[in-house]
Amino acid sequence: MNKLSSLALNEEGFVFDPTTGNSFTTNDIGLSIIRYLKEGKDSEEILRSLLDDFEIDSDTAQRDLIDFLAQLRVYRLFEGS
Amino acid sequence: MKKSYEKPFIKKIQVGLMNKFGAAYGRHIRSEIDGVPVAELTARYGSPVFVFSERRLRDRYQSIHQAFASRYPNVNFSWSYKTNYLDAVCAILHQEGEGAEVVSELEYQKARRLGVPGSEIIYNGPYKTMDSLKTAVQEGATINIDHFDEIYDLEEVAKGLERQVKVGIRLNMDTGISPQWTRFGFNLESGQALDAVKRLVSGKRLILNGIHCHIGTFILDPQAYSRAITKMVEFSYQVEDAFGLKMEYLDIGGGLPSENRLKGIYLSPDVAIPPMDDYAEAICNTLLSKLRPNDFPTLILESGRTMVDEAGFLITTTHASKRLPDDSRAYVIDAGVNALFTAFWYNFRVELEKDIPGPHEPCTLFGPLCMNIDVVADQVILPPLPRGTRLIFSPVGAYNVTQWMQFIRSRPAIVLINNEGFPEIIREAEGLEDLIQRERLPKHLKLS
Repeated sequence: MNKLSSLALNEEGFVFDPTTGNSFTTNDIGLSIIRYLKEGKDSEEILRSLLDDFEIDSDTAQRDLIDFLAQLRVYRLFEGS
Repeated sequence: MKKSYEKPFIKKIQVGLMNKFGAAYGRHIRSEIDGVPVAELTARYGSPVFVFSERRLRDRYQSIHQAFASRYPNVNFSWSYKTNYLDAVCAILHQEGEGAEVVSELEYQKARRLGVPGSEIIYNGPYKTMDSLKTAVQEGATINIDHFDEIYDLEEVAKGLERQVKVGIRLNMDTGISPQWTRFGFNLESGQALDAVKRLVSGKRLILNGIHCHIGTFILDPQAYSRAITKMVEFSYQVEDAFGLKMEYLDIGGGLPSENRLKGIYLSPDVAIPPMDDYAEAICNTLLSKLRPNDFPTLILESGRTMVDEAGFLITTTHASKRLPDDSRAYVIDAGVNALFTAFWYNFRVELEKDIPGPHEPCTLFGPLCMNIDVVADQVILPPLPRGTRLIFSPVGAYNVTQWMQFIRSRPAIVLINNEGFPEIIREAEGLEDLIQRERLPKHLKLS
């Protein structure tokens, strides 16, 4: 969680990790999820937000969220569940 | 108003790594095969399903035949059954004028059952049973001898029939390619081939009238065939001069490549694989320059892979997606190495039924088998694929539907799109009945 709070984001989906110097690129939904995480939302809350904000069904959103969080973990940007 | 959705992704930005081909990720879309929508094929026949194109097969035969027949006056093509012995595929090529080249009694019987006369069958291979040799001799098949024991076997057949029998012998030789195939036939350079001829002549029951050679597989150097033809012609005249035996045919075998991408070959097929005209030129020009005046023995080609590979497609469906611990993306699809045996040595073309938005990334495609080696393709650049996405693999026409395995799952259906553009089933999907029909459970093992 601490790592997430230090990430620098911009509207175009550019993500900078000041700890490692690594840069990342993400899309609109990815950016939204990172923002939700920074706000301290857990996966269930994020899922509800995605369903509220986007044209998507629950199953697909849940699958994609699990996958996206796994990617964040691989990049060591997120350690939660 | 809700916003439109796209699968979330995040990628690390890596500076300095470039695609050495200089091109952006290609988008490969195939929504139809010979005019029949992929969606219609899967709706009617399920997934996975093999699809063969009659038009592509006939076109390919005609263009290869033309390449050789326009350069040499006496050319004969013989369809390599082991490459694909589906009745429909064989029948198309027989209709076009090919004979049958078989390497087992099973293939021999299949060709005869289909209506190919024995006189139009070439019987090759290292294991020919006595019964099958007898049948082949009686029905007038061309037999290319693989080893000394086969000479003895055929002499016994000839003795039983109380007549002399015409035969060919298979040679192996150095044509400059590696690996050199030495396990089939008689070695030329060591003198073994000449020893075989001497042995044949001394037995007086067999008459040598042809020479066969198959230098290897997926040969990318047309000059290797030129060297083979040179040595075959020289050997045939050596035999003619020493024993008075006239070679009526020179059989150059197969080994011509398809437009598939072999694993380990860096260049794409359109760059790496010479055009068929280069092979025809190398073989026919060498032949014409080495043969004696007015001598035109039949040039036989047993091309398999190059003839049928591009005529075959496999439609598959994604069943699940996975993110592997190294952050790479993987999918589980409904056909594995059980159906696509050639996945072990080819990197197939993988096409999507329709364009899918999203970032492309290198993916691994796993088959459905509970077996670690079931990898159909790796490092395929694909967008994020929803469950149920159709992926079309090609070329898959050669060797898959003969080498496929009934392992864990049953084999899928095979469809032919005929010349009029209509799909017809040419092999039904297998089921449990196919698996158990030859099993017998002893009484004391019955569970109920």
